[in-house]
Amino acid sequence: MKDILKLSAYEMSQKLIAGELTSVELTQACLDRIAEVDGKVQAFLLVDEQGAMHTARLVDEKRARGEELPAFAGVPVAIKDNICVNGMKTTCASKMLENWVSPYDATVISKIKKEMMPIIGKTNMDEFAMGSSTEHSAFQRTCNPWDLDRIPGGSGGGSAAAVAAYMVPLALGSDTGGSIRQPGAVTGTVGAKPTYGRISRYGLVAMASSLDQIGPVARTVQDAAMLQSIIGGYDEYDSTSLQEDAYDVVRALEENTDLSKMRIGIVKELSGEGYDKGVRDTFDNILDILKERGANIIEVSCPSFEYALSAYYLIMPAEVSSNLARFDGVHYGARILPKEGPVTAETMMATTRGEAFGDEVKRRIILGTYALSSGHVDDYYMSAQRVRTLIQRDFEAAYKEVDVLLSPTSPVVAFKFGDKMNDPLAMYLNDIATIPANLAGIPGISIPAGLSQGLPVGLQVLAPAHKDARMYAVANEIEKILNPIWGGNILEQAPVLEGE
Amino acid sequence: MSKLVSYEKAAAEFDPVLGIEVHVELGTKTKMFDHAPNVFGEEPNTMVTPVSLGLPGTLPVVNKKAVEYAIKIGLALNCSIASSCRFARKNYFYPDIPKNFQTSQFDEPIAYDGYLDVELEDGAVFRVDIERAHMEEDAGKNTHVGGAAGRIQGAEYSLVDYNRAGVPLVEIVTRPITGCGDRAPEVAAAYVQTLRDIFRALEVSEARMERGNVRADINVSLRKTPEDKFGTRTETKNVNSFRAIDKAVRYEMRRQATVLLEGETVIQETRHWHEDTSSTSSGREKSDAEDYRYFPEPDLVPVCPSKEWIEQIRSSMPEMPAVRRKRLIAQWGISDVEMRDVINAGALDLIEATIKAGTSPQSARKWWMGEISRIARVQEISLEEVKVTPEQICELQSLIDEKKINDKIARSVLDSVIQGEGQPAQIVKDKGLEIVSDDGALEKAVDEALNSNPDVVESLKAGKMQAIGALMGPIMKATKGQADASRVREIIMEKINL
Repeated sequence: MKDILKLSAYEMSQKLIAGELTSVELTQACLDRIAEVDGKVQAFLLVDEQGAMHTARLVDEKRARGEELPAFAGVPVAIKDNICVNGMKTTCASKMLENWVSPYDATVISKIKKEMMPIIGKTNMDEFAMGSSTEHSAFQRTCNPWDLDRIPGGSGGGSAAAVAAYMVPLALGSDTGGSIRQPGAVTGTVGAKPTYGRISRYGLVAMASSLDQIGPVARTVQDAAMLQSIIGGYDEYDSTSLQEDAYDVVRALEENTDLSKMRIGIVKELSGEGYDKGVRDTFDNILDILKERGANIIEVSCPSFEYALSAYYLIMPAEVSSNLARFDGVHYGARILPKEGPVTAETMMATTRGEAFGDEVKRRIILGTYALSSGHVDDYYMSAQRVRTLIQRDFEAAYKEVDVLLSPTSPVVAFKFGDKMNDPLAMYLNDIATIPANLAGIPGISIPAGLSQGLPVGLQVLAPAHKDARMYAVANEIEKILNPIWGGNILEQAPVLEGE
Repeated sequence: MSKLVSYEKAAAEFDPVLGIEVHVELGTKTKMFDHAPNVFGEEPNTMVTPVSLGLPGTLPVVNKKAVEYAIKIGLALNCSIASSCRFARKNYFYPDIPKNFQTSQFDEPIAYDGYLDVELEDGAVFRVDIERAHMEEDAGKNTHVGGAAGRIQGAEYSLVDYNRAGVPLVEIVTRPITGCGDRAPEVAAAYVQTLRDIFRALEVSEARMERGNVRADINVSLRKTPEDKFGTRTETKNVNSFRAIDKAVRYEMRRQATVLLEGETVIQETRHWHEDTSSTSSGREKSDAEDYRYFPEPDLVPVCPSKEWIEQIRSSMPEMPAVRRKRLIAQWGISDVEMRDVINAGALDLIEATIKAGTSPQSARKWWMGEISRIARVQEISLEEVKVTPEQICELQSLIDEKKINDKIARSVLDSVIQGEGQPAQIVKDKGLEIVSDDGALEKAVDEALNSNPDVVESLKAGKMQAIGALMGPIMKATKGQADASRVREIIMEKINL
């Protein structure tokens, strides 16, 4: 592997600006690395060598002419395959969209293109972002670079594995219940879910609209903040988007944050029961280190979190059932005709949906359809919305006492393939620590917290809504404390993929 | 079913209850939730964006102008305007809805609790209570090819055009309309017509029924007496003209009365209206259990019109048609019936503009309801499409009033104006059409006419004044139609010493 791939995206950009590196060299290095290891990792569904190299050359030419370029121009990025890129397949890892080419760019992609970042390709995911292991992809299973027999987390396992295996410095993910943070935790990468509305969802194939949020996947907190500032900001095409400063998260890292002046909260409900001992120990170890550095650690209780998973598994499928209704074989994507009986619009739709959706997707559509059906909507969907309000209030109350909240990101380290495939409820439990942030719309980030059984454990930092800058600042300070302890980025300790 | 009972019998035996849902397509520049142009009649699937096609990843954004129009409609219908309201998703699978849900307002309409006073033919006023007016998006349009009469049954394939998908709609829902008795058909038609006039006055829609800009679904049920609870209703969909609304209510009352009189029960269902036979037929059965799985649209934030904005809209509201009509009836000195004719002819604005340009109400009305209406009928176009302006009509009338031309010449000048030959006064001048009032020339023509028609002269002398008409033809011919008819008359009278 070329050493330049071990640089952070920020360091890459500095070298590009200084003329010590060209984007063509860097992009080619990523492509070479993909050629070298993706046969094993299988993080990519599509690699756009031509497109990426075209952008890289353009950047180098402009730079050679002395033109002013955006900060991250020339730094490659990978895109989760549920984000639309004009002219590129966007499959959502589903047979339903196997050959669907988007005719438009998502807003985040327009911004990536404006930044002139080469788009390396599309990364694998659980079908329509439903799952916690990337085993639900209709096309391939992505492996965890730390142990190829283990899951890379989900649904954004492809983006996390691509970044963890040094195939690309940055990637975009989407987080509905933890799909950026949980893969981040189990692959040793940094993944952030911003405040709901900070990043436009226009062009993100919706799973559950009120919960989905696009976010950065990176190897450092700074890189994640930089990427968020690039893709964030108000968008007139998304009426839920916020009119907030997108760049404040980067400025926040430049200011010194004194952790000893921060009140750091530990959510009682997010670190005890159901969490692996190894995960708990790693988390406790971090707390000890922080205490040593003078951090003021306060335990808070969020009693409604007990119902978060239940509420999530009513609201999310309800929205899924409606959002995925458009995949019907009528105007794009797969169309499968019934093999028997009359061919009508109804039978065509039913056959298409029956055959082109995977089991997990169908499971959630059915759950959601039931939760919204008349006679049940009040008992299920509306009750879940009330729980959601209670969870928001729990957070608000907690943030009166503390500035940020810490918890493990995932209750377990990366498990082996197939371990939870036949037990949907066990699979759902993986997101127990990440889901409350989605229900409340608050920002959350996962950073590496150490190792358990030789596998990465994630630390989650949660901040109040709109306080993404504070979240990044705290995560950045913790990263600064931990890196020297590990002797650098924790990914350096991952078993090397090359030469095997 | 046996032969339908007469309307008179149906109305005598039962008390009808109506419920009317009117959809109006708003005339905004763009669609309800995206930037696609809101235009009619273009090539299929050209007036679309990824959003109107419901492509994966797309999101709706509310069109502010559509909200403004909806508020205008709400205010015109004496409704309360919600300070906060939401959109909901109405989920159902059908090829003409791109997302397989329609974004609509369900339990939180923008306008609610209003009423509309409807004036009937004889001047009686009937108040219709409005339950709500809410915003939603239109669906696309399916065309079934290969089957009989464009129906899906037996069609080889179907084409879907999404140009109309996402066009902003306001749906106005009445409360049950009771107490109209045998005037139910008239009330229904007059209600929709009153709404149509309001939409036009507000300039929120072209409100052209024939284009489907305004569509009415008519619910009808019958009960034995006004004290009974409501009977089972049917909903006749998409009735597209005022006459058809009247007829559809009439037909459903007769049909349901026949069913009930035979001791059968009315089935709750939607019914299709057939223009050709003036009858309805069974559509799909519709039960209240139809499950649209409504829930608040998570991709849209609530719509919260500020008090200031609502007041600003209220203060900019135009005069409502009923008020304007009353004012004009008084100003023009015409009857209710004459006013109705003017409205039906689509001449109200044109006449008013002509009067504003300086013509008397009587003359303005005569032109538009007479000659120009005739031309429009012959050419099968609307009055507005006749290529003559109120100002030109005013000029033409002035020429008559100044006795420079007579009515007949005026009509030919109008033709020239319509042909694009120029302004009336100029045309008269260029073609030398001014009235001949030079007595010398007229006397000569009269003399010639009298000499060659001795029998007419005899009749006149005998007191048969109508015979004078027989002389006018030759005289006009001799003066190329430019003779001042009243002066000619005077000269004839003088000549035969009457």
